[in-house]
Amino acid sequence: MTTRMMGAKVARVEDDRFVRGHGRYVDDVAPDALHAAVLRSPHAHARIRSIDVDAVLDLDGVHAVWTYEDLAPLAPAMGEPLPLLIPHPTLTHGRTQYALAKDEVNYVGEAIAFVVADDRYLAEDALDRIVVEYDLLPAVVGIDAARAAERLVHEDVPGNVAARMEQANGDAAAAIAAAPHTLSLDLEIERSACMPLEGRGVAARWDTDNGRLQLWTSTQTSTGVRAAVAAKLGLDLMRVDVITPDVGGGFGVKINHPWPEELLVPLAARLLGRAVKFTEDRREHFISSAHERGQQHHVEVGFDDEGRLLGLDVRFWHDNGAYTPYGLIVPIITSTQLLGPYKPGAYHVQFDSLYTNTVIVTPYRGAGRPQGCFVMERTMDAIAAYLGKDRTEVRSINLIQPDEMPYEHGLTFQDGRELTYDSGDFPTMLTKIKELVGWDEFETFRAEMAAQGRRVGIGLAAYVEGTGVGPYEGAHITVETSGKVKVATGLTTQGQGHQTAFAQIVADELGVPFEDVEITTGDTRRMPYAVGTFASRAAVMSGSAIHLAAKKTKEKALRIAAEALEADVEDLEIVDGVVQVKGSPGSGIGLGTVAVLSNPLRYAFDEASKAATQFNVGDPTKPPVAAGEEPGLEGKDFYSPPRSTFASGMHAVIVETDPLTAEITILKYAVVHDCGHLINPMIVEGQIHGGVAQGVGGALYERMAYDEAGQLQNASFMDFLMPYVTEVPTSIDIDHLETPSPLNPLGIKGAGEAGVIPGSAAFAAAIEDAEGFPITAMPISPSQLFDLRAAHHA
Amino acid sequence: MSTEQLHRIRLQVNGVAHEVEVPARRLLSDALRHDLGLTGTHVGCEHGVCGACTILVDGTPMRSCLMFAVSAADSELTTVEGLANADGTLGPVQQAFRECHGLQCGFCTPGFLTTITAGIKENPSPSEDEAREMIAGNLCRCTGYQNIVKAVCRAAELAATHSGEADQ
Amino acid sequence: MKPAPFDYVRPRTLDEAVQALAGRPEAKVLAGGQSLVPLLSMRLAAPSLLVDINALPDLDHVRVDETGVRIGALARHARVLADPEVRRVQPLVSLALANVAHPTIRNRGTTVGSLVHADAAAEMPMVLRLLEGSVDVAGPSGRRTIEAADLYVGPLESSLHHDEIAVEAFFPTLPARTGVAFEEISRRHGDYAMCGVAALVTLDGGGAVSRVRAGYLSASDVPAVVDLTEPLAGGITPASLEQAAAVALTQLDPETDIHATAAYRAHLVEVLTARVVTAAYQNASEHTHQSTQE
Repeated sequence: MTTRMMGAKVARVEDDRFVRGHGRYVDDVAPDALHAAVLRSPHAHARIRSIDVDAVLDLDGVHAVWTYEDLAPLAPAMGEPLPLLIPHPTLTHGRTQYALAKDEVNYVGEAIAFVVADDRYLAEDALDRIVVEYDLLPAVVGIDAARAAERLVHEDVPGNVAARMEQANGDAAAAIAAAPHTLSLDLEIERSACMPLEGRGVAARWDTDNGRLQLWTSTQTSTGVRAAVAAKLGLDLMRVDVITPDVGGGFGVKINHPWPEELLVPLAARLLGRAVKFTEDRREHFISSAHERGQQHHVEVGFDDEGRLLGLDVRFWHDNGAYTPYGLIVPIITSTQLLGPYKPGAYHVQFDSLYTNTVIVTPYRGAGRPQGCFVMERTMDAIAAYLGKDRTEVRSINLIQPDEMPYEHGLTFQDGRELTYDSGDFPTMLTKIKELVGWDEFETFRAEMAAQGRRVGIGLAAYVEGTGVGPYEGAHITVETSGKVKVATGLTTQGQGHQTAFAQIVADELGVPFEDVEITTGDTRRMPYAVGTFASRAAVMSGSAIHLAAKKTKEKALRIAAEALEADVEDLEIVDGVVQVKGSPGSGIGLGTVAVLSNPLRYAFDEASKAATQFNVGDPTKPPVAAGEEPGLEGKDFYSPPRSTFASGMHAVIVETDPLTAEITILKYAVVHDCGHLINPMIVEGQIHGGVAQGVGGALYERMAYDEAGQLQNASFMDFLMPYVTEVPTSIDIDHLETPSPLNPLGIKGAGEAGVIPGSAAFAAAIEDAEGFPITAMPISPSQLFDLRAAHHA
Repeated sequence: MSTEQLHRIRLQVNGVAHEVEVPARRLLSDALRHDLGLTGTHVGCEHGVCGACTILVDGTPMRSCLMFAVSAADSELTTVEGLANADGTLGPVQQAFRECHGLQCGFCTPGFLTTITAGIKENPSPSEDEAREMIAGNLCRCTGYQNIVKAVCRAAELAATHSGEADQ
Repeated sequence: MKPAPFDYVRPRTLDEAVQALAGRPEAKVLAGGQSLVPLLSMRLAAPSLLVDINALPDLDHVRVDETGVRIGALARHARVLADPEVRRVQPLVSLALANVAHPTIRNRGTTVGSLVHADAAAEMPMVLRLLEGSVDVAGPSGRRTIEAADLYVGPLESSLHHDEIAVEAFFPTLPARTGVAFEEISRRHGDYAMCGVAALVTLDGGGAVSRVRAGYLSASDVPAVVDLTEPLAGGITPASLEQAAAVALTQLDPETDIHATAAYRAHLVEVLTARVVTAAYQNASEHTHQSTQE
């Protein structure tokens, strides 16, 4: 057999072009394009009294300037609000913005006018000349202001409440009332953002000759953008091609669609008959893409003498920003996934999704789970502190046991399916993380450090992550007559190494050399049916679909080869791209030849096709393409699981807090991770590293500093403190646990988001352990820790 | 077309001279990307913090988003496209990034590659701490830097081997 | 994020450069550009003319003699930092430069440019004031020297006239029996400091403290230097250091921003004053000890 690729640390095929500078990102395509720029609201809340674009109209180098009023005449649906992508029955007051603001703006950064010019410099010059008169309205900033509802974001949304949702399993209130011990906690996580190094971007070309639109966009869903563009521009879907080229990171923000520019750019390209491009700059990315994470939580918990949860009641408030294009996905995930690996006893959760005059909120890697994990793990630590027990003991007693899998929580998950864990071994994981971080040796270490006047603390946090949500992904495989294998799957890639991992799957299943496999993602011309890359779903969904498509391709190859070799299908195998009788190398025919045989031709144009003409292929008494067959050595299949598969993990961290300056230093970071079978451990570890770094950012550095007027005060990399190498742990100790998922053919679970989820929970626990007072809000800066010390020692 | 005054300049990039006409305000990063088509240099923040646009100016790493093209006319510029070996194989830093999985989305990568190319020339055998110091001004959102640090050390090894072979 | 249009000249002589500035109060001088270009790209500044001095001859010098360090307008931070002679005669310049942004920024940014950018959060203006250095400027009526004490007149505002170009900075050599130290605390490595302190401690022949001055970063809106001789003249003790920090705080005005509260910055002033003055005192004692041996 060929060496098995699944599970091997295969070097990435995409890297060659990236390290040479030959990657193609959106801003790299269509070099002849005109450039767009967008005038954005400088006010968080205002009515637009007038917009005067006269000074721009005859400016040299400017090709178009549009405001809201220009849009409907160009495409009627452009006069309507942008789509509400994920409606939900409890989202009773969903609101979305217009591509260009109509009458009112609701956050600093909201698009008001759109300019197309020869280059971005001239386009920005034009923006400077547009005069907008506003009537300022009071801004609602922050969850407290939204809850107080003294002012409203949307005047027709009472209480600023977009949605109120409730779920329960059992009678939590009664269980808590009857419990021997109860605690209540208030816990908060601030806003942050994905902040990929490449911002949003879109380029479009209208092909007048063919009447087609070609659109490149830095998205996490090509098919979503395609459908949205067709609908909003009034084009037939079959006239719209969306290509997602290389994407410079996503982390969630690029799943929302269509962004105003994804509609305005193709509209302009069609109207002007020129390629048009929009490349978001960094300030724009801060104020006009999306944020996440801002939530306040109130916990009531009842437990017994051992710390066993009897009842858990969580009420929380989610800041959804000015609009709700992505529905309630983030708070629904918090409300369900905060349970982590634990049995909550009776559980009740209710949340309000609240409007504020700030940038919209859509999922950021982890998507509501970091908040949920923070809530649950802070609760576990509080129970342990209350009972005077080791924190791992309290966790241990509440863990779901392996023999309880599949475990039903009796709740509905974000995909509308039951929240049922398919697999996992949480007790083993807890043992492993304690060993990896040195949990039992820590008190000795603490004493040694204390003797030097140094203050240290340890914390840990566990999570379970529903990954690989549906509805489906597909794959299409073609074996060319050269023997090369061309694979297309519709979801997109933002650095996860899909071209490598998916090729590994194909190489194994189809029996072809890894080097002969080429993967294309996110190109609707190649695979028009797809959902997108989010929720750690690519490996599970497209990986499984690709596996299934490879299986079909293989079956077809064996059928054709069996006939050619006059052998039984059961006796054949494919090794290194050659179909042969099992155990008889040299006896077979190459897949390229099988591809030739699969496609009877009338015309010959090279040696291979000569062999495939109607005079050479098949039994002359039968149709050249048999009933039920199709020409070509191809396979196409889709994977659609009944529900999500659940990955899990535990992180532990040791920190040092400076007794004088309150600086927080990471001494050790440990991860135990279970994503089932690993396709490429090197890639999985890379995903964990990156997630941990974002977790460090979210716990210690990154926040969105809005002032009361709704101005984002840190909308730059100077002041939004993404970690450099100097802020991340110098090493991350990783241990894997592989409990395969029973839900998919490869036994895999998603790995993309995991690394970030427990960051804030673990750091809060470690800082609390070092300092001796509760940490209830994250992120935390040295300045805030200093303030907390003052408050607690006063 | 705009009436803005254009300056005819000669940009020497990766050993090739290019004549371009640019307005004074044209950022060097934009000139490289959009006037010369060298799109390997990426723009991540345009305020000098992320380091994605770092190129070598007379061998020294500088932010191309913080320079105007007109100011670079007297200098020898090296971009990521100029880091491969003369025979087209990957240069040591490029090779090390591939071996060590030092990149994911690849967007920040060119700035790291140029920075490290100069860095290991100055310090041919960096310790891990020195490797961190070398890349401390570049942001990466994907990798958590763990494998980039490894790649710096690996690149130094490869460069040493390469120059050793060249000497023989 | 693209600059607004501007006129551009790249003079070959200092006279041409000065002439170019004449009558153009909206003009800006471009040296390293590491602070200026982001302001232009964000359109927070929109000068009508940029005078690029990078082609001027003979301005990239770093000259060291026993009186001190002279740094030309085109000497990049990295070059100054790498100069062992600078480190020898005025170690505080090197200590502070190592904290200026990141190496790649130091490769382009100029020390003189940083001095006249006059940022109270930046290391070099504070160090120039602490060391009582000066800046030579060229203008239509020739050259003049501006003492550091007269250079900083307001937030991000120097006393240079619009038609003057800073051509050289002078950092005097470390006086005899004097020690220096520098420390800053920033959110991330390479960021502007939440607070930073540099100290200069001079001892008398008997090893007693004769003069103590400290400079502070991000603790007021202009580069700040405080004389701490009085509280520390009796010796460096925990009590006198506490007293010194209190004196310093009476002359500083730390403010709250998104990274740190005023109270936290004031606390850092206290912590760092004690640490840095102590370190400078030890440094001075070592120097004094060495010179006694010689």
